[in-house]
Amino acid sequence: MDQPQTGAFVEMKGVTKHYAGVTALEGVDLTVAAGEAVCLAGENGSGKSTLIKILSGVEPASAGEIRIGGKTMSRFSPRMATAAGLMVIFQDFSLFPNLTVAENIAFAGELAGRRRFFSARSARAAARSVLDRVGVDIPLRARLETLPVAHKQIVAICRALACEARLIIMDEPTASLTEREVRALLGIIRLLKEQGVAVVFVSHKLAEVLEVSERVVVLRNGRKVVEGPAGTFDTASLAMHMTGREVRDAAPGPVPDSGDTLLRVEALDKPGSFRNVSFDLSAGEVLGITGLLGSGRTSLAKSLFGLVAPESGRIAVSGADVPLGDPVAASEARIGYVPEDRLTEGLFLTQSILRNVAVGRLGDHERGGFLQHRALAAEASGWLRRLKVKAPSVAAPVQSLSGGNQQRVVLARWMARAPRVLVLNGPSVGVDVGSKADIHDIIRDLGARGLGVIVISDDLPELLATCHRILVMKGGRMVEEIGAGSVTEDELAHRLAS
Amino acid sequence: MTGVLTRNETLVAVVIALFCIVATASDPNFLTVTTLSDLLRASIVLGILATGAMLVLISGGIDVSFTAVAVSAMYVTTTLSLALWPDMPWYLIFAASILVGAGLGAINGIFIAGFGLPTLIVTLGTLSVFRGCLLTFVGSERISALPPEMRNFSRMMIARGTTEGGDFYALPWALAALALVVFLTAFILHKTMLGRSIFAIGGSVESARRIGINVRRIQFFVYVYVGALAGLAGILQGSMGRMADPFSLVGLELSVIAAVVLGGARLVGGYGTITGTLLGVALIVLVQNSLIVIGIPSTWQSVTIGLLILLGTGLPAFQAKRAAARAG
Repeated sequence: MDQPQTGAFVEMKGVTKHYAGVTALEGVDLTVAAGEAVCLAGENGSGKSTLIKILSGVEPASAGEIRIGGKTMSRFSPRMATAAGLMVIFQDFSLFPNLTVAENIAFAGELAGRRRFFSARSARAAARSVLDRVGVDIPLRARLETLPVAHKQIVAICRALACEARLIIMDEPTASLTEREVRALLGIIRLLKEQGVAVVFVSHKLAEVLEVSERVVVLRNGRKVVEGPAGTFDTASLAMHMTGREVRDAAPGPVPDSGDTLLRVEALDKPGSFRNVSFDLSAGEVLGITGLLGSGRTSLAKSLFGLVAPESGRIAVSGADVPLGDPVAASEARIGYVPEDRLTEGLFLTQSILRNVAVGRLGDHERGGFLQHRALAAEASGWLRRLKVKAPSVAAPVQSLSGGNQQRVVLARWMARAPRVLVLNGPSVGVDVGSKADIHDIIRDLGARGLGVIVISDDLPELLATCHRILVMKGGRMVEEIGAGSVTEDELAHRLAS
Repeated sequence: MTGVLTRNETLVAVVIALFCIVATASDPNFLTVTTLSDLLRASIVLGILATGAMLVLISGGIDVSFTAVAVSAMYVTTTLSLALWPDMPWYLIFAASILVGAGLGAINGIFIAGFGLPTLIVTLGTLSVFRGCLLTFVGSERISALPPEMRNFSRMMIARGTTEGGDFYALPWALAALALVVFLTAFILHKTMLGRSIFAIGGSVESARRIGINVRRIQFFVYVYVGALAGLAGILQGSMGRMADPFSLVGLELSVIAAVVLGGARLVGGYGTITGTLLGVALIVLVQNSLIVIGIPSTWQSVTIGLLILLGTGLPAFQAKRAAARAG
């Protein structure tokens, strides 16, 4: 292992990038020393992805200097970045689902070594030695597609290490991990730092990685707004620097008195996922359901909307039974479900924003078999305005929007259907801080309008900021009911993990 | 999921075994060296074409033009040889046909790797164009007076004879071509970075690009290689059938792809095995040649093949879906 050199491993000075007249980055300095972990924080559009692209050689900088190990790099290319040991782990990991763990780890390194022939045995040996280095055991012959997300991420890290990475840039490393998995990841990061590998976290969900980081750099609108030791930041101050305004989550208002029982769930049972779950939800109430991964929270959420069929039990909306395991019936009972993975389950990514909202209302705008396009479009754009979706045009494809705005589009689709019960699974996963606060506002507002809202999340501040009551699931059972305002975040975290 | 029992290969092997048992029960003469050597002979051309089709499926594409490539390579080479050098040695005729096939495959490669067009659309187009050009510009007559060397090749036998029971059998050297193709393809797929890159781009093109695989070059290779295999299959078909028929082969492409898919290759790319492909070919050949033995009229061939595809590929897919739903 190389000893950390004195001074910076990577130095970027005055890096500026213009795209067709738009300034994405302006005069940004960034230094990373060997074995150091740096948090690069910023909202969507702050320029952090541009900075990564420049650092990995994908995009040339318009002005400024990049020095690696003291050497000034001219005409910096992806190949040079890789050769210098700069590796990017993208949010989707860029792995191969059909290949084995061993091959996924060893492939890039063998490619870089310009090998012609392939030996499964030496690939396994190389993969084994890297896995040992991070102290993790994953079956080498398993196909990648069979692994859980947390393991896929470790495979991605190992692949970077197999290419002799000296700086690993991780894009949104904790976005799809549960708290426990984040712990495991942080352990690996500490180990890497001891071995002299530097890490740059790029994220808008930073509280979790602050503790292993030395420094925080915050970007906003293409400029570096603040830089300092990690210890001097907390979630609130980070959010303030990132958004440039004070983001404060208000506590939810009281449940309206007239709140009749809207949704009643009785003894819902699905062996292997959740057991004997019962709860009530009144009109105007926001109910949080939380638990670790594997606690059954996602299965429960899906079963409320009929996507998973429970074996027994009863779901009733305003006293009327809803058939189990039937999304169409759930939708007719005016239950809405916003999935956690909106990219694959909730949106038609290549279709326009307007169509994505309107698709939920086709049935109501039909006359004699023909669609009433104008009314449909008017209604959809009304909801887009009310939910403050920021988009150049409602005809733009949904995939061109930021995470926060995509989530609003999904919400707009459901709001257009005038639901009475809305189940939100991970409503702010992959959404930046500013949008997150807005989404929380929207959730509180939904409650105030008399909807029954169920928020399923393992983001504890989010639950505390939006919910009147929080139900804790463990091993498929409801183990605790907590009234809002009666606990702090730490207490809640403790009850969840114990 | 990856258990031996639910794999397509196992399923196909079981169906083949069942077929043989039923066939032997209804006709004791079924399980003889004669039948076996007939079936093997019938598998050669299909097997080579299927190996190529499998490679394309693994890379995440689909090729429906290879039958047109095969018949064009065969007919062009035969015509040229008859016109220019009737006594051309068989190995040169074969080499020429392989080259013509590779050339036509390169045309597919240019459109797919070069211009990034969808593989199905390109090969549907070239299927028509290649065959149309063949019939319009080269000729549309069946040639039964082949170059003598081609006929000689078809008479070269690894083994021939009569068993004690009086069954006649013959194994042509053409079988060695299939063995060679299988060996070479297996080597490329499993022992070279090129082969692993084919699997990689089939798994995820974007990821492949990001780790520095030259996706275009790999794709180009795939279509040239498939073209070359088609050229070989075409000339084998011509010489074993002792006739250069410009109307042959085309129409077979879906049966070939069916064989590959039966063997476990997935249309989305990234998956496929040679064992599976060969088993798929064996099953299709059995159905095409021996359905009559178990008392099913040969007009039912395509129905049977269709049902096999629905069952053979639908069942594992259905099981996977059920498992996913249960996991919730």
